Amino acid sequence: MSKLYIARSPKLAARALDGEMMIMSGTDSTLYTLNKTATIIWQAADGKTPLDEIVERRILPEFEIDAASALQDAETLALDLASHGILQVSEEPITQPKPASGEAA
Amino acid sequence: MSALMQEMNARALALGIPLSVQLDLTYRCNERCVHCYLDHHDHGEMTTTEIKHLLEEMAEAGVFILTLSGGEIMMRRDFFEILEYARQLAFCVKLKTNAVLIREREAARIRDLGVESIQVSIYSHRPEVHDAITLIPGSLKRSIDAIRFLKSQGLKVIIANVLMTRNMQDYRGVRALAAELGVTSTLDPTVTPMMDGNRSTLSLGVNTSALRNVFRDQALVGDVDGFCAVPARPNEEQLESLPCSAGHTAAYVSPYGDVYPCVQFPLPCGNVRRQRFVDIWRHSDQLQEVRSIRLKDLPSCSQCTHVANCTRCPGLAYMEGNMRGPSTQDCEKSFARTGIPSANLLSRKPASTNLVQIRALPSVAGATA
Repeated sequence: MSKLYIARSPKLAARALDGEMMIMSGTDSTLYTLNKTATIIWQAADGKTPLDEIVERRILPEFEIDAASALQDAETLALDLASHGILQVSEEPITQPKPASGEAA
Repeated sequence: MSALMQEMNARALALGIPLSVQLDLTYRCNERCVHCYLDHHDHGEMTTTEIKHLLEEMAEAGVFILTLSGGEIMMRRDFFEILEYARQLAFCVKLKTNAVLIREREAARIRDLGVESIQVSIYSHRPEVHDAITLIPGSLKRSIDAIRFLKSQGLKVIIANVLMTRNMQDYRGVRALAAELGVTSTLDPTVTPMMDGNRSTLSLGVNTSALRNVFRDQALVGDVDGFCAVPARPNEEQLESLPCSAGHTAAYVSPYGDVYPCVQFPLPCGNVRRQRFVDIWRHSDQLQEVRSIRLKDLPSCSQCTHVANCTRCPGLAYMEGNMRGPSTQDCEKSFARTGIPSANLLSRKPASTNLVQIRALPSVAGATA
């Protein structure tokens, strides 16, 4: 697969609770929670940084996993989150007004 | 509430996070509802800058669900600037409004900003009843038009109705109107005293007999037998539970920056113009006291048969004079629902004739002294 770029969807509400993200869909009010790995990817989803770079910089230092498996898992996760409207996924950088990550300052 | 939301609430409670805050942007209003508890004069509302700063503090404190209410939120010229900023901070924003000032353009803007839901006050499906409550001719039509505009944008709208003697014949009509508009509706029989303690508004509420009939309306409550069932005796776990979320995972901030446990619980806990929101939330003596109370600590209610499934509001109890006391409106609701008087209602009964008869007559008492 070529490089993937991911961006947080703009109509979501999000807040970190004890290191995990609560995300409310703006379209149907469905509530999601992201585990710690998904939270890291969500917070790094700025539309400009390719997913492989996010995995290399943010996932590999945190977890004992080989790079190929980590990237494969991250791609699966990103596509899954995209199917729920939580992330936007593209093979090109995504430019849009930057939605907040919901991280406590 | 979804199971996941309950889980989030439980985690927020354990972590001391204010998951949900209602922020009233103004007490000014373009309606004059007969049952409203607010003073509509502006006594120094927070500025746009102050509100944006507060929103940053609340996001930092972990607030997720932000309800913007009033007064009428659209009376603030900076409303959309505040809303846009709140969404930039990723709050899940809910709006409470009479919607009179919402037209196509405002509805589209609300959609673009990703608002979760909009609650609109509707008291009757008949203009002569609704407008007589808001005291604004034409207000029902404006509000219904606004609901259509909001729905046409794909937004989630909830009609909120307050049950009073003036509109008690119309709650079915409001539900039918909601169905026609494709929105949900709620019905609340609670009329709140004025913020200054004036209780004259309470006379607008329905009596127990009328409430009993409403509580037996299957279309409204579903399983009537279950809803009106005689309560089981509470177990120890229930007596250890919290009276409600006010001050635990929820708070209220007034247009003047005053922080309270809830919009219906006017116990001042601090002011965000003088302290950081999170410091008030964590360290206020008043909030600590609210948090210390369990059902078992309520002198009258803990002995009451209804305690485990009563809708007792600690704020209404506070307004009656004691945050650990009963809230009589809820005692009356429990009575209307089950036919069993609460401990509070029983204690208020006048002394029986028998007790009066054994009281010593003054002459006899004098003779034996």
